[in-house]
Amino acid sequence: MNNVIQVEGLTKMFGDFTAVNAITFEVEKGEIFGFLGANGAGKTTAIKMLIGISNPTSGKATVAGFDVLTNPEDIKKNIGYMSQKFALYDDLTVKENITFFGGIYGLSRKKIKEKSEALIKELGLENVASQLVGSLPLGWKQKLSFSVSLIHDPKIVFLDEPTGGVDPITRRQFWEMIYKAANQGTTVFVTTHYMDEAEYCDRVSIMVNGKIEALDTPKKLKEQFQAESMNDVFLKLARG
Amino acid sequence: MLPIIFVLPLLQLVILSNAATFEVKNIKFAYIDNDKSPTSRALIEKFNASTYFDVLTDFPSEAIASSAMLKGEIDVVLEIPRHFERNLQKEKHGTLGVTINAIDGAAAGVENVYITQIIQSYNKNIRTALAQISDVQIQPINIETIPLFWYNETLNYKTFMVPGILVLLVTMITLFLSGMNIVREKEIGTLEQINVTPIKKSQFIIGKLFPFWVIGMGLLTVGLILARLIFNVPMVGSLALMYFYTSIYILVVLGIGLFISNFTDTQQQAMFIAWFFMVIFILMSGLFTPIESMPKWAQIITEFNPIKYYVEVMRMVMLKGSGFTDILPQLIKTSVYAIVMNGLAVWSYRKTT
Repeated sequence: MNNVIQVEGLTKMFGDFTAVNAITFEVEKGEIFGFLGANGAGKTTAIKMLIGISNPTSGKATVAGFDVLTNPEDIKKNIGYMSQKFALYDDLTVKENITFFGGIYGLSRKKIKEKSEALIKELGLENVASQLVGSLPLGWKQKLSFSVSLIHDPKIVFLDEPTGGVDPITRRQFWEMIYKAANQGTTVFVTTHYMDEAEYCDRVSIMVNGKIEALDTPKKLKEQFQAESMNDVFLKLARG
Repeated sequence: MLPIIFVLPLLQLVILSNAATFEVKNIKFAYIDNDKSPTSRALIEKFNASTYFDVLTDFPSEAIASSAMLKGEIDVVLEIPRHFERNLQKEKHGTLGVTINAIDGAAAGVENVYITQIIQSYNKNIRTALAQISDVQIQPINIETIPLFWYNETLNYKTFMVPGILVLLVTMITLFLSGMNIVREKEIGTLEQINVTPIKKSQFIIGKLFPFWVIGMGLLTVGLILARLIFNVPMVGSLALMYFYTSIYILVVLGIGLFISNFTDTQQQAMFIAWFFMVIFILMSGLFTPIESMPKWAQIITEFNPIKYYVEVMRMVMLKGSGFTDILPQLIKTSVYAIVMNGLAVWSYRKTT
């Protein structure tokens, strides 16, 4: 089985409002999958169903081989997640956050120690390792948050607008980290509003009003919509 | 935050234990001496000597005295009639007029007893004609009793209140901290991050309980030390038993707090609900007013009040030296309560919505 995410007719309704309308797609192992869409198109709702914190109204989805409806806890062992909103503990230090999440994922003390040293070195956070996370600049926080979501070597990592509000240099570094993770075999499922970032993805889906309107490689999408860039593709679709 | 958690409750213990008292003291006492005899002066001197009365002034007329009572300047007026001394000597009995401000009925009752006792001890032949302002009727006490006060021989109010206030501070801090906790994580978004991890629901709740449990036990310790050092409250019973009961009791409070936290979306909501229950629990705990004097339906409600049991147990163990078997009924109810509330807390915590 090469598809780590398989989604069929996945739907989420809030009352009368259909936030996600019968989406169907699959993501291959090791892929960087771009999940695009305007604000309110239903991306975050879709991700929440895939990571097992929101039950779908109908449809089927398996992530890392487990059904989102029946085995969400097994999915959680195999995925990493970084939310739109920074969600590490501001009142813990960098090291404490790493240790805490490592512990939750059941890593051994020795493993946690190795991981946190390697991670802090890689992110260049040696000088602030004992500082409270709340005092760090946003870009550093985001990189830390991404690294923490990879601490248990998940099969898939879900990134919900990881580069929102981050400066161009940090964005660049961030994408280097994403590529590195993908090269090590981690599947990356990423949402973004930056169309240049969409070009870095292996395949891209574009959601409009809860539906997936287009799904292909950036190159093919541009051909299909006779557009110069992903930006134009997006504008054509989102405007309807 | 940690200093606040410890300093505020201890201030509460010191202040409330001194202030929350039903002892009627410093009664503002006035008199109208129409007799101006050695006997009447000696009677007033009796009141003066008592520590319960602040003897104010000699009012020339009843009208002035009654307007002073309206303004709240005095609580009690003693009117000594003309020829009081002569009647007492000739006819072997005398009558005095006593007017008590009875807006606070309980206090008025106590004042009446004090006054009667002072007058009786002065001369057994004086009757008081009691007039009370407000509609509360208090029957003068005619039966002579020889009181024997057990467990708190000196009727020290602090001895009675300190264990109860201690209960309050342990309860308030642990309820509010736990009530705010999960909902705070909802607000800042860290709960979502926890929910995408494979952590078990029970692990999560235990992780939340444990730190607050430690804080609660710490508060009890500091509170007991203060009770001993500042208030010199006797500790007749076993400390180990107090700690054992408290360790279970705190779980009940934390369970309630976490349950509230799971059902609310913002800290304001959680605070509002926690306060609601806190006020009911405190007022219906028997801490300030005896449960026996509540209406039947209210007494039934108090059966569900964890604070009630804790106040009972603390007073029993600290003041009476009750043992394990004496507090067994409370212990069993509290344990069941703890299991139910924490079960609900685990159940109501949803990783998936």
